[in-house]
Order: sequence, then C-alpha cells, then structure tokens
Amino acid sequence: MTMRTPLGKVRGLGSAKSGAEHWLLERVVALANLPLNIFLVIFILGHLGADRAMVAASVGHPVVGALLAVSLIAILWHMKLGMRTIIEDYVHGPTAKFTLLLLNSAYTLILGVAAISAILTMSFAS
Amino acid sequence: MGIMAETKPAARPLSPHLQIYRPMLTMMMSIMHRITGGALYFGVLLLVWWLSAAAFSGSQFNQAQSVFGHWLGMIVLAGFTWALIHHTLGGIRHLIWDTGRGFDPGMIEWMARANLAGSIILTIALWVVAWGMLQ
Repeated sequence: MTMRTPLGKVRGLGSAKSGAEHWLLERVVALANLPLNIFLVIFILGHLGADRAMVAASVGHPVVGALLAVSLIAILWHMKLGMRTIIEDYVHGPTAKFTLLLLNSAYTLILGVAAISAILTMSFAS
Repeated sequence: MGIMAETKPAARPLSPHLQIYRPMLTMMMSIMHRITGGALYFGVLLLVWWLSAAAFSGSQFNQAQSVFGHWLGMIVLAGFTWALIHHTLGGIRHLIWDTGRGFDPGMIEWMARANLAGSIILTIALWVVAWGMLQ
C-alpha cells in the first residue's frame, strides 16, 4: 500500500536518487523509540548497582532480551538516519561526504552487532 | 564564443544565515535538538559498552560499573539523561508538527518552553528516583 501519488513518487528524485522514504522512515523509527526508550530507562533504573549476575539473568529473560534487542536496533537505526541528515547538511565535498557516510554505517553496524552479540551471549548463558 | 561565455559570478547578496537573525527560543531549541541527537549518537557507545561488559566478564563489568559510579561518570550520565529526554520530547514536538498541528505562534512558543522545562524537570525527577533507589 502506498499513500503517495505517482507524481509524488517521482518528484524530487534528483541527484539524491531517493525521496521521502528516508524522512518517513526516520519518523516511523522515532515513534518506535518512544515506548522503547521508556522501557530502557526502566530497565536501567531496575539495575542500579546490580552485579553482573543480576544483569545477565534479566537480559537472559526472553521478553527482556528481545525488548532490549529491539530497542537497540531502533535506536541505532534512528541514529544512522539522523547522522546521515547531519552529514548531508554540513559536508559538501564528495570524498569527505562519502567517507563520513561510510563511517556512519560502520559505526552503527558495529554497535548493533556488539549489542546483539552481548544480549545473545547472556540469553544463552542463563 | 558568444555572450554566454562572458558571464561572471554576480555579487548578489547571499541568503541570510544564522548570524542575521535575533536569537529566539524556537531557533535555539531546533539547534539543541540536533546537538542532543549528535551527543546521543556517541553516548549510546556507553550503553553498548555496559551491555558488552556484562556479557564478557565480571571484572569487565565491575570496571564499567566503577566508571559509571564515579562522580565524573555520573556527570556524563546526567548529561546523557538530559539529552535523551530533551531529544525525545523534541521528537514528540516534531511528530505533532508532522500531523500538521501545532503551528500557530502561541502553540510553537508553548511547546518550545514545555520541551525545555520538561527535559530539566524529568531529568531531575529521574535522578532523584535513582538516588533514592541506591540509598
């Protein structure tokens, strides 16, 4: 299903080769971030001063582990989209822009893999 | 070559940028939304470090906990908390605008003030709760 007219789909597809989906995706992920951020804050509050075993046991709970993983994916996705906009706004040299966009992808991907790996390690250990 | 080749860049006035405008709250809040977003981009590194340390080993986790428990670490975490709440409230403001609502001047000004006040009040409230839980 699409909420866009055929003209709207092709309008503005200049040198960027894409249009509104980046903008829309940023909003959709932002919306997901609202409840997930509240969950994250509660999770962290619940583990103030906790030792490693307590944290690992909580993360090992299927629901908590899944929510944590979804939270981090949503946050990192939003970060990647947002930083892309910042880079495109301020960096105009093609080489510098391409390099920074590449670093943006690498940074968010590495953090995502590290976080999911940590969550899975604790899930399977408990 | 004809007349076309002789075009020189005209000394036209450029479009006005930040320095030409009187600073306004809504403008500052827009800038803060981007700055807090950028800060959170790197702040998330702390969350991933904490999770990885918990997965890795007890000594790694204790090291992370001692950094976050240090007063310097807590100042950074307090800044992180404020940036997260400020950016989240700013995000709600943007989502309201995206539905086409909240554009009248009074509402824009009210939302900017509510965003700023709300972020400070909620940050303090969260830390008071956290402090109470640790005692």
